[in-house]
Amino acid sequence: MGRYLRRKLLIYILTFFVAVTIDWMIPRFMPGDPVSLMIARIGTRPEAAEVLRGYFIKAFGLDVPLWQQYLNFWKALFQGDLGVSIWLYPQPVIRIIQRAIPYDLFLLLPAIFLSWFAGNQVGALAARARWLDNTILPLGYLLTATPYMWLAIVLAWSLGNVAGIFPIAGAYSFAIRPHLSLQFILNLLHHWFLPFMSLFLVMFGGWAIGMRNMIIYELESDYSRYLEALGIPQSLIRKYAFRNAMLPQITGLALQLGGIVAGAVATEVVFAYPGIGYIILNAVQNQDYFLLQGCFLFIIIGVLLANFLIDLVYIIVDPRTRLGMTGE
Amino acid sequence: MLQVENLTVYYKTIRGYVQALEKATFTIADGEIMGLAGESGCGKTTLGHSLIHLRPPMNYIEGRVVLDGREVPVWDMEQMQEFRYRHISLIPQYAMNALNPTRKIGKMIAELLESRGVNFDEVLPELKRRLDLVQLSHDVLKMYPIELSGGMKQRTVMVVSTLLNPSLLIADEITSALDVSTQKAVCEMLVEFRDQGFVKSTIIITHDISILYQIADSILVMYAGQLSEKAPTETIFQDPRHPYTKMLIGSLPKVGVRHQEERLLGIPGSPPRLLNPPAGCRFRERCPVAFDRCVEVPPFLEISPGHSVACWRAY
Amino acid sequence: MSQEQPKKVRSEFIYFAWRNVKLRIGVSILLAFVLFSIIGPFLAKHDPLEYVGPMGAPPSREYWFGTTTFGQDVFSQFAHGTRSTLLVGLLGGSIGTLVGILVGLIAGYRGGLVDEFLNMITNIILIIPTLAVLIIIAAYLSVRGIFMQSVFIGLTAWPWAARAIRAQTFSLRVREFVDLARMTGRSSLRIVFTEIAPNMMSYLLLVFILQFGGAVLNAATLDFIGLGPTKGTSLGLIMNNAVLWAALQLGQWWWLLPPGAAIAAIVGALYITNVGLDEIFNPKLREM
Repeated sequence: MGRYLRRKLLIYILTFFVAVTIDWMIPRFMPGDPVSLMIARIGTRPEAAEVLRGYFIKAFGLDVPLWQQYLNFWKALFQGDLGVSIWLYPQPVIRIIQRAIPYDLFLLLPAIFLSWFAGNQVGALAARARWLDNTILPLGYLLTATPYMWLAIVLAWSLGNVAGIFPIAGAYSFAIRPHLSLQFILNLLHHWFLPFMSLFLVMFGGWAIGMRNMIIYELESDYSRYLEALGIPQSLIRKYAFRNAMLPQITGLALQLGGIVAGAVATEVVFAYPGIGYIILNAVQNQDYFLLQGCFLFIIIGVLLANFLIDLVYIIVDPRTRLGMTGE
Repeated sequence: MLQVENLTVYYKTIRGYVQALEKATFTIADGEIMGLAGESGCGKTTLGHSLIHLRPPMNYIEGRVVLDGREVPVWDMEQMQEFRYRHISLIPQYAMNALNPTRKIGKMIAELLESRGVNFDEVLPELKRRLDLVQLSHDVLKMYPIELSGGMKQRTVMVVSTLLNPSLLIADEITSALDVSTQKAVCEMLVEFRDQGFVKSTIIITHDISILYQIADSILVMYAGQLSEKAPTETIFQDPRHPYTKMLIGSLPKVGVRHQEERLLGIPGSPPRLLNPPAGCRFRERCPVAFDRCVEVPPFLEISPGHSVACWRAY
Repeated sequence: MSQEQPKKVRSEFIYFAWRNVKLRIGVSILLAFVLFSIIGPFLAKHDPLEYVGPMGAPPSREYWFGTTTFGQDVFSQFAHGTRSTLLVGLLGGSIGTLVGILVGLIAGYRGGLVDEFLNMITNIILIIPTLAVLIIIAAYLSVRGIFMQSVFIGLTAWPWAARAIRAQTFSLRVREFVDLARMTGRSSLRIVFTEIAPNMMSYLLLVFILQFGGAVLNAATLDFIGLGPTKGTSLGLIMNNAVLWAALQLGQWWWLLPPGAAIAAIVGALYITNVGLDEIFNPKLREM
């Protein structure tokens, strides 16, 4: 168990190191000079341009040797200094991201957990009967092939614009000031529902298909055949198969995180939902590179944390990792 | 006592029926350990599995199976439930992977037994006694399968399969994954199980006829889905009557030495395909003594007490 | 016996391929889109970016998919966008597959330290979300084209393919025909490409199909957040403009829905094709 965790941790630390290095390298090694590029693009605001030029050179620290730039980058990072936003000048990038994160968690955690849970249940059900399989499988493939943004657009257009049941932009009505009341919470949930649904449905399809395939695989496996030959009731064999099929689904959660990030970004853009994805859109439109780099780092940190949590869960449910029998 | 009459089982494929088991007729007495030998694909595994778990793509065509005077409905998946484990049990070829990897072995055994309406606590002392017998520590019950070695898993499965004292035990290629010394120990355990009365009749399916010499009371040889010869072990080795058996015995380098190749190097040609096989004796194309009569299927006849052969030259 | 084997395998493949409904549906849809991406731009009467018609008009005989808020012809954008989307899929998918094959084969065949190192890199890149890296790269590019986009998408998408191919190589490496080749003294590189790779062809095809679909989706997401090609159009870019210019609020469904529907259809068809092929290659999954 210790070996398993140490190995994983080493990979995560290396990953973080690589990610930070990428974050540092790209502005410096991409073709063209980022500072003049940025100044040229922000040329529309001349009064800010001069301030920014000085700031950029200082922030990038382009006058010192590269290795020193790199060290300074890490130093700033550990002090929580991710630079200042251009879009919302002069707010620090870290503050903007901090404000967005609760919305991401509020949207993503329920979508991930509920879709995972429901997808596993329905997928296991599909492996049970032919007619269920014939309805759930195509539906699952349809859902999982749908790009997040398109499902979001379809939901927003049909249930929001045409039917008028749900609002299609923002996390709460502009007319309401955030405060703790039932009215505000209901308003929040009302705005939350469609983005949640579009994330939930696409992920649900993937989990249902995955579970269905895994269960069929488990039911064909040697231990299932042995139990069948011994006349053990199907209920117990299915119970074993379900439990064992869950394990790859947990690993699958870790592998899907990248896709979930993309989905969250697209969905938040459609619904103007003020999470990291929506910030990225604004950062792109305003050429706010510090903000973009900050978002990148936070996505990496989030994904690494999630990976680590999944590892911990895996150790609890799979005896093989506890015994240190597998390296992966 | 197991009686099998005319048991015929085909595999259904998109190209037609693969005639894997043709009119098998034989008996196994109480306390008899019968070796079932032949090349891979000769239908011996089909025969073994059809007695306990005849599932698609296997198709029951005809025949009866009677165990201790009771008709065994091998064609009925549901009705067979009652016989499985309690009366007929299996040690599968894949014994290394036969245990659920995410359950502790003791817990898994308990769940299996409870699901068959057997109280685990009542069986536990006997279970421990049998673990001692196969030289497994009781700690095995608190372990996951992955903590055991291959040989330990094999022995665990042997104990699990025979825990309810079945009348018939089918051991399918149980030695093929083991090294020679472990093979011997496993075989001796099967004899011990019979001597202790855990099982009445045993069928040992193997492509390696040499291991049967030490432990089997009788040997049934199959070729291409047909029974060739059944006789006491001594007779099969000393006085085989079917030309295929003769070649099988003759191809052994020395008794007790395991030959590596599954294919019989000493016999020219290869077995016929079982999808639309030729009529008559299926060995005739490879047979050195074949003659006109062999286009008819030779009946499986008892030529002396306990010795049956299906060959026109042998009667 | 051994001589008729390849012929039998091939005819069996065609037999099952023809019988497989999933494959037929998937391939038909894909062919339809490929065909459309070739002739569609010639059918379009207007330049995709010119302001040619009435503003925000619903579909009509002149403007089959209606017009944008600025009076651009949506059909013509759609036709050109489909072409560039398929191009990105093809290019990005090919690059991703090739890099995956290279890394996977070498790691799987060489084993040892080489494998340890490559596997470590693969695992690290696997964790970093592809889109996040793509966003950072694309944001710093002053001129973005379809080709560059495909290259970057391909270069970030290979890790899972490499992992899968590595596992396959591991299982093939110990087979007897590879042993035989090794005994005849051929170089590792030649063995990898003449003995191991051909035996994974069916598997590599499945990997390529999934890489293709992944590249299409990644490109669409990039375009959708405004990091698409700076010149020209794409399906993701159409959606980006539609959402930015409040097509949702204005209920301009003709602008909003077709591009995403096309992406969903293409990716869906790829998945169905993949499942169908998998059933053909894996006899276990075939329905009797």
